[in-house]
Amino acid sequence: MSFLKRFCRNRGAVLGLVILLAVVAFALLAPTLYPQSPWRPVGRPFLAPFTIERFPLGTDTLGRNIASGLVHGARVSLMIGVVSTLVALLIGVPLGAAAGYAGGFVDDALMRFTEFFQTIPSFALAIVLVAILQPQLGSIVLAIGVVSWPPVARLVRGEVLSLKTREYVQAAVTIGQSTPRIIFSQVLPNTIAPIIVMGSLMIGSAILLESALSFLGLGDPNLMSWGYMVGAGRTRLLDAWWISFFPGFAIFLTVLALNLAGEGLNDALNPRLARGRE
Amino acid sequence: MTISSAIRGRLAAATALGLLGLAASGLPALSQTPKAGGTVHVVVQPEPPMLMQGLNQNGPTNMVAGNIYESLLRYDEKLTPVPSLAKSWEISSDSKVYTFKLQEGVKWHDGKPFSADDVVFSLDKFLREVHPRWRPIANGQVEKIEKIDDLTVKITLKQPFGPLILSQEVAGAPMIPKHIYDGTDYRANPANNTPIGTGPFKLKEWKKGSYIHLVKNEDYWQKGKPNLAEIYWQIIPDAAARAVAYETGKVDVLTGGSVDVYDVARLSKLPNTCVTTKGWEMFAPHAWVTPNIAKGGPLANKQFRQGMMFAIDREFGKDVVWGGLGKLPTGPISSKTKFYSADVPKYAYDVAKAKELIKASGYKGEPLKILALPYGEVWSRWAEAIKQNLTDAGVNVSIETTDVPGWTQKASNGDFDLTFNYLYQLGDPATGVARNYISTNIVKGNPFGNQGAYVNPEVDKLFADAAIAPTDAARQELYTKVQKLLADEVPVLWQLEMDFPTIYRCNVKNLVSTAIGVNDGFKDAWKE
Repeated sequence: MSFLKRFCRNRGAVLGLVILLAVVAFALLAPTLYPQSPWRPVGRPFLAPFTIERFPLGTDTLGRNIASGLVHGARVSLMIGVVSTLVALLIGVPLGAAAGYAGGFVDDALMRFTEFFQTIPSFALAIVLVAILQPQLGSIVLAIGVVSWPPVARLVRGEVLSLKTREYVQAAVTIGQSTPRIIFSQVLPNTIAPIIVMGSLMIGSAILLESALSFLGLGDPNLMSWGYMVGAGRTRLLDAWWISFFPGFAIFLTVLALNLAGEGLNDALNPRLARGRE
Repeated sequence: MTISSAIRGRLAAATALGLLGLAASGLPALSQTPKAGGTVHVVVQPEPPMLMQGLNQNGPTNMVAGNIYESLLRYDEKLTPVPSLAKSWEISSDSKVYTFKLQEGVKWHDGKPFSADDVVFSLDKFLREVHPRWRPIANGQVEKIEKIDDLTVKITLKQPFGPLILSQEVAGAPMIPKHIYDGTDYRANPANNTPIGTGPFKLKEWKKGSYIHLVKNEDYWQKGKPNLAEIYWQIIPDAAARAVAYETGKVDVLTGGSVDVYDVARLSKLPNTCVTTKGWEMFAPHAWVTPNIAKGGPLANKQFRQGMMFAIDREFGKDVVWGGLGKLPTGPISSKTKFYSADVPKYAYDVAKAKELIKASGYKGEPLKILALPYGEVWSRWAEAIKQNLTDAGVNVSIETTDVPGWTQKASNGDFDLTFNYLYQLGDPATGVARNYISTNIVKGNPFGNQGAYVNPEVDKLFADAAIAPTDAARQELYTKVQKLLADEVPVLWQLEMDFPTIYRCNVKNLVSTAIGVNDGFKDAWKE
């Protein structure tokens, strides 16, 4: 059975993928749909949704178009989600691979280091990092990456531990391949499936983390992200619910879609596991 | 339908707010006979660090302690002095000798009599040593302060100093009991925890983090005052929770600035609710954006600063960001203060003109940062609106955020390009305005001086001369000149004469009757 077919057997995953593609499409089309900056006040403040065609989702406290903010925010949120996940993978994968393959003292040392990060509540650490480094795009991505890599390292280490005892790895050792070459050409390619699954789930949690930081006022003040929109509208929740609701709903949908798609990927990439579950 | 119901509600609220403001000002509750007794619950935020007003003059301290302590004078909403502990006063014809006659039969809260000795001790010793506003006056302008008899005090000045008559507000010069503080280490005196004043209310209990309970001073010198029996100052740390506390009836008075500006319109629609923007005339908070001129580059260029002034839609800031509260300033001196002059160059919102001036200044797109003031949502929105205005005029600008200690540090040490600030005018340009523009006040470590490091010897001289000019007319002439000059130079970008409305139940009468509002208003307030 092909990969695609296995993926499609999971209806939720297909739904997730469709939502995700829609969000990505909105993000890509943002400059065409709303060429003006989403920060520009364009109408009367506090216009309710569905009352004026130009502002289908209404306007916020300063008369900014919420629909425009939403599509531009999709770019920011997705970009931060993907980039900070890449940062986490860049830290976690090499660390986990080194620990798993080397074993012994190196393994111990690296795992204690990982546990050190795991014992600190990740959101608190992210707040501290962003507050120290000033709230800017770079520091936010870095902070999310730094608090998200430990599970990656542990996953990769586990995979590598089991893979390094396989015959083909032993064979590679016997014919004298160098250690880095073995890791990169024999071991890591076989860990890609679980990393992809984990990565897709991590993008979702990174988007949530960024939203939470922005909500608390620790987002990049120059980027219109969904979390910022929720935070900026929260004081008006009673009389202008739409300011916070739409970006909040967008976060919900996107994270849900990422989780569904990630689940589907997991099923498709581990057919034996998936079958066992049925 | 193009106008949503929410917007109509908002407009109605704004109109109601205006009407209520008028009603509160137009109908002083004098026609009715004040009723004695009653308890009023008021919010104070944040919790004051202490209530010893001689040692601390933070906003919340003044709100509570201004009803415990008293000074020689009070001021009505036109900033005209009226009697308080001084029954009457005389100013000599050369404007250098002030003679104050004191009220008779005044007692401290511990029962000891109040006399001229306490006044001399307060002004000449205690406040001269510890008070940041009185110290420069006492050291710079005053020659001597002496007791003539038990009820008469004479202040002799080195030269005429008009602002002296406005300096006797309760936070500016509270009377301190000599018998408790003389000869002690003022800051370490255990009596600081149990403030002893002469005021209409006494401290009964301070439950930290919860409330401050004041009770009527039964031996108050003015017969029949105060009317109220008790005041509870409720400490509620969250702005939304304060609004809810008013809605549910837990508090009767929301002091200026204690709820989100957006909540003002909503709360003012509630039944039995009155709103007034009065009671801030002494402070007249003035908000602006400070360009860091010391950094050089475009910010040091007058044309560039004028261009920014034309670029910013200040009406939008007032009407949309601040919900219509306040008034556009024309220059450094608030229109609520004496010596204001409207005869200055004006800056109406004009993007084309802004672009022209910015281009003429030789600006080449150097990146600039606005350091937002971390005082809540409204200030963040304001920074965003101004950033968009400046971007439209071709300025390459981004926003930088930080927390309160971070802002204080950056603003104090010149570590910013543009930042917000707002300061009290304190009734007289010599005390509340000059400090932001004179070159001698370019100091590190204080965010409320001349932070942009604007230097102009002519301005320095005009302010110095105006402070000691012998007559009000002479002072006015100099202040008119300096306003004209500064409005052209734009050392800071004036944005708003801020209004902090006080929201209260209409059955609390005569609450705001002076230039400092609730800070000393409970003496005359009563509850129906």
